[in-house]
Amino acid sequence: MALTLIVNGKPYAVAAAPETPLLYVLRNELGLLGPKFGCGLAQCGACTVHVGDKAIRACAVPVGTIAAPVTTIEGLGTPERPHPLQAAFIAEQAAQCGYCTSGMVMTAAALLKEVARPTDAQLRAALDDNLCRCGAHLRILRAVRRAARSA
Amino acid sequence: MNRSRRDFLERSGALVVSFGLPIEALAQAGQPATQDLDAWLAIATDGHVTAFCGKVELGTGIETALAQLVAEELEVAVGQVGLVMGDTERCPDQGPTVGSRTLQSAGPQIRQAAADARQTLLNTAAVRLGVPAASLAAKDGVVTGPGGLRVSYAELVGGGRLDAKLATRGRLKPSASMTVIGKPIPRVDLPGKVHGSHPYIQNLAVPRMRHGRVVRSPRAGATVAAVDAVSVAALPGNVRVVGLGNFVGVVADREEQAIAAAAALRVTWQGGAELPGAEALPAALKAAPATERVAQVNGDVEAALATAARTASAEYFVPFQMHASIGPACAVADVRPDAATLWSATQSSFLTRASVASLLGLAPDRVRLIWVEGSGCYGHNGADDVTADAALLSQAVGAPVRVQWTRADEHGREPKGPAMAIAVRGGLDARGRVVAWDSRVYSPTHSSRPDGAAPGNLLAGAELGLPRSVSNVGAGRNARPAYRFANDRVRLSLLEASVLRTSALRGLGSPQNTFAIESFMDELAAVVGVDPIAFRLRHLQERRAVAVLEEVAKLARWDPRPSPRGDRATGTGRGAAFVQYDNSGAYVGMAVEVRVDRASGKVRVERVYVAHDCGLIVNPDGVRNQIEGNVIQALSRALVEEVRFDRQAVTSLDWASYPILRFSDVPDEITISLIDRRDQPSLGAGEPATSPVFAAVANAVFDATGARLRSVPFTPERVKAALA
Repeated sequence: MALTLIVNGKPYAVAAAPETPLLYVLRNELGLLGPKFGCGLAQCGACTVHVGDKAIRACAVPVGTIAAPVTTIEGLGTPERPHPLQAAFIAEQAAQCGYCTSGMVMTAAALLKEVARPTDAQLRAALDDNLCRCGAHLRILRAVRRAARSA
Repeated sequence: MNRSRRDFLERSGALVVSFGLPIEALAQAGQPATQDLDAWLAIATDGHVTAFCGKVELGTGIETALAQLVAEELEVAVGQVGLVMGDTERCPDQGPTVGSRTLQSAGPQIRQAAADARQTLLNTAAVRLGVPAASLAAKDGVVTGPGGLRVSYAELVGGGRLDAKLATRGRLKPSASMTVIGKPIPRVDLPGKVHGSHPYIQNLAVPRMRHGRVVRSPRAGATVAAVDAVSVAALPGNVRVVGLGNFVGVVADREEQAIAAAAALRVTWQGGAELPGAEALPAALKAAPATERVAQVNGDVEAALATAARTASAEYFVPFQMHASIGPACAVADVRPDAATLWSATQSSFLTRASVASLLGLAPDRVRLIWVEGSGCYGHNGADDVTADAALLSQAVGAPVRVQWTRADEHGREPKGPAMAIAVRGGLDARGRVVAWDSRVYSPTHSSRPDGAAPGNLLAGAELGLPRSVSNVGAGRNARPAYRFANDRVRLSLLEASVLRTSALRGLGSPQNTFAIESFMDELAAVVGVDPIAFRLRHLQERRAVAVLEEVAKLARWDPRPSPRGDRATGTGRGAAFVQYDNSGAYVGMAVEVRVDRASGKVRVERVYVAHDCGLIVNPDGVRNQIEGNVIQALSRALVEEVRFDRQAVTSLDWASYPILRFSDVPDEITISLIDRRDQPSLGAGEPATSPVFAAVANAVFDATGARLRSVPFTPERVKAALA
């Protein structure tokens, strides 16, 4: 029987087997390419999406276990109506290769929902499991602080 | 001009501006169609400008900087300029994107092409308007002249394609007239990257595309004894098993099906070589067969050492480290019987095309490689190997195939940055000046890039038993000190083989050599009890080198005094280091402040100061972003990174076994001073700030504790051992 998922506010019938990681369904079946494959081990955060309000690692969660609406970076904001974090990442030029960026933004968005004005320690702790190899960390921190101020 | 390029230009009704590279440069680049006068720029009927560039975007923001060069000289808005990069059918071969040389070497070519285009448009307008070209001016894509004369680039081009092979050169703008070069223009790629729409190679899909995965040997040198196709026969996805020599792979309809099939496929391997194990380093490096080279000799170093007032010696070691890109390598290939298309995130479109063509048994001109941006690469990672994987699988199954490596593939199989050992002896005279410097560098090669004549340089090619051709390069990068000593000698032991496959990692031998030179200078300064920056300045003559050291001392409010500091109770210290990258590139002066927890051995780098001179700055925020990235990535290499391997293979196969620096460990602040030399050529900024980091940290730990760290990474265990 086909699974049904709500992603970015829209219902989808999913053909994949229930044990398929959510990430492959989002990317290959729904064409939502914002979340990235980084490790498949829930270690790097490149695949981060929201299930309900919670940031989860889509590479390690079977699609059959998803019981709440899913939000990806595409559903967070648009170029016309960017989420404050997306605007702040551009304002701070907070990326290089950008492969980790959507995971960074989604993790930070979940944090800001929970803690509107995080301390520097809370911010670093929340992002600690999102890896960036280009070394954009200080810019990313600035961007999240900027978004927290503007929200 | 080849057909697809001509088609593109005819479709867009473009003005094509061609300019000739010097013939020797073209010959060097291996471009066959030298007589054709390559096209670099096209101006469409809507005024949009396309620049064709053989170099590619590796995440550094180079696309934006190159667009600025075009916009400046062609007098159009940056937003009007688009780049096509690394497509073997549409772009000139400007060599691989390596060595921080894109702005340095490709930049001037593209900038000149834009200036030529402006002059051509002015000349064309002069004919059209019946006035002298000298009376016309170009701005914002429009040519204007006396009495309100006005014609846009688009109107000038309107009648279709105009091929303007240039006889005269456009004059480059003097720095005083520049309005775009030197401005922190926001990166053109970031909106797509923050909205999830940027077209990475990992996102590419083509019609009828299937998914492939490669199953590789668990031991170096092992060969296939048997492949049991029955083991995957019951799996869904129309699984095909491909076995070619020691190259084994699977192809399935869906990605998760290919992953499942690769995991289930039973392959029996036999034989293989035993590795010496990571614990055998660095002694194994010094004992390995090597070609000996002398990189520099001045005076008589042995005699000077024999008569020196004081002498010292030390040995430094950096282990194998990896690129560790966040996105594992990915490629798509569509191989037909007589031609192929490859989509690849390679740094070397033309070399990789030639090498894969050779692997497929096709002539290079029957293969088109279309570059697509990947995850940041920092050197030669898995991008080329995965291109070969996809090509072989596509050829075998007769359909387009996408391959994305697993995390373990990327960590385990990417070519590693080589381990290096560097031994240094120094002699000081009675006045505290260095009178003898003798160093010896032991290193495997820093490059094993694809080669059309040696497809075995690709993993899949080696598995097919094809020839490999690698010479030892890169070990000498920054092996020669920038300091002037009366007697010195720099020797290179270029290892003939390596325990692990190695290739270019950001900076090649420069970070390791700079670690040795800048640590040993610090050790000598301590021997004579002189402030480390003052000691360096005693031996440094060049104005720009002196300037970055003086500037960073000011920036860091450097307190002139010898190291180590008297009071070690605080655990805090400062260290400095200097490099002129590759002895001919950008100048970097660096200072860091560390806090060492004596109980745990943990080193935290709290603040980093950088004075940076890369000549004419095209985009200052882009340079700052590069410096910050270099510093943080190099801190990660300095503090935590070491590739582990056992007697069989690499065991650092994920982010737990090969950790990198996280948010909680990055510095509080990186303070940068850019020295903009508007009258000097641009020098690359993609690597130089990596090189001084290892030594700056080691020197700061010495300042804080009196303990000298000579082996990277500076793990808590190593620090505790040094403190004991």
